[in-house]
Amino acid sequence: MSVRYALLALLSEGSKYGLQLRQEFEDRTGDAWPLNVGQVYTTLQRLERDGLVESDGSDGPQNVFSITPEGAEELTAWLRTPPDVVPPPRNELVIKVLVGTRVPGVDVPELLQLHRRRMVEAMQDYTHLKGEMSRDDVELGLVVDSELFRIEAIVRWLDAADARLKKLPPPNRGVTGPRRRRIRLGVR
Amino acid sequence: MLELRGVSKVYGAGPAEVHAMRGVDLSVRGGELVAVMGPSGSGKSTLLTIAGTLEEPTSGEVLIGDRDVAGMSRNDRARLRRRSIGYVFQDFNLIPGLSAVENVALPLELDGVRVKAARAAALEALARLDLAERAERFPDELSGGESQRVAIARAVVGERHLLLADEPTGALDSVNGEAVMRLLRSACRDGVAGVVVTHDAQLASWADRVVFLRDGRVVDQTATRPGPESLLAPGAKP
Ligand SMILES: Nc1ncnc2c1ncn2[C@@H]1O[C@H](COP(=O)(O)OP(=O)(O)OP(=O)(O)O)[C@@H](O)[C@H]1O
Ligand SMILES: [Mg+2]
Repeated sequence: MSVRYALLALLSEGSKYGLQLRQEFEDRTGDAWPLNVGQVYTTLQRLERDGLVESDGSDGPQNVFSITPEGAEELTAWLRTPPDVVPPPRNELVIKVLVGTRVPGVDVPELLQLHRRRMVEAMQDYTHLKGEMSRDDVELGLVVDSELFRIEAIVRWLDAADARLKKLPPPNRGVTGPRRRRIRLGVR
Repeated sequence: MLELRGVSKVYGAGPAEVHAMRGVDLSVRGGELVAVMGPSGSGKSTLLTIAGTLEEPTSGEVLIGDRDVAGMSRNDRARLRRRSIGYVFQDFNLIPGLSAVENVALPLELDGVRVKAARAAALEALARLDLAERAERFPDELSGGESQRVAIARAVVGERHLLLADEPTGALDSVNGEAVMRLLRSACRDGVAGVVVTHDAQLASWADRVVFLRDGRVVDQTATRPGPESLLAPGAKP
């Protein structure tokens, strides 16, 4: 997916060899996004096929790639396109908690706390990384921050779930009881 | 450095009785930064005021540097607070009639440090929080975030052994919040024992250990972290 745009971005600075592209890609994503040589070349081939990139036609590693005007246009358009905010097909944690409230013997606050602790531990690992890394490493910092905000959102959801579930009456496990309203999750 | 043993705190009596802490055990070594997380009303501030000897527990023991606080005279306790404990209050608690630098220098001066030396130390602490230019301002001339950082400078100035901070980043944006946590963490790396109360998971994650409080009880805590090497390994997708 966005590997192609990352490559277009690198080529927007000037013409480059394939291997050089791979190296620069890894440098900028702080090793957080490893990719292999094959991936770089297949992506370059597709970009060339689509007329977004052109090569000077040399063989193998000697091959130099450049961005075309169409490629530059496509890159700008992509940068300005908002990311997909539709929820992922299934949110595993939401389902676990919904299911958990229905399973006899499950202590839901304890279940929430277990997940909260795991999430905070994961955040500690990322924050530790942030504490150890050089403050000049802006690119790695951006990647780590984005992970921290993502996991923090899960912790906040757990806190909100805790508060919300306090209001839930004891589960109605018999066959009687009113039918609960069906909840549609963001399933695609 | 700090140890709470079976600490309980009951406010009020009869039907108005509130059990703010119920048998809390907590021990923080010098060099360790512990975060306390929990919902509003779970007893976080109560824990901190008791650890800071500002209040007495209803039952249980508080030890600071191996000394039982209950056995200390009022004077000893006051000296301990002035000299060894840095405290950041939830509402900053700056003295309105004193400028930022005077607020920061005050605990040192109360402790007998000469005015000039205290001022120099205070200015340095303010500079570390990017507040050198605000040193002569009074609290009502500072923004909420600036006041908060002045309160933190006041807590870390001098030779502290115990740092206690109650929501120290409440009024700060994420950049300044991070700077404060880096400062607290580096103070702890130098041997200070630190306890920071927060419900912000990002800030708590700067701590070596996170303790979870609920209805006055410690219900859980994080395991010691093995280190982040595995995080950005090949295959881990950002
Ligand atoms: N001086 C007091 N007198 C009576 N009750 C008190 C007093 N101080 C705190 N409490 C009660 O003790 C409980 C714990 O309060 P505490 O301030 O420790 O909570 P907290 O976890 O710091 O909450 P917050 O996140 O809102 O700051 C609350 O129910 C509170 O109402
Ligand atoms: Mg509080």
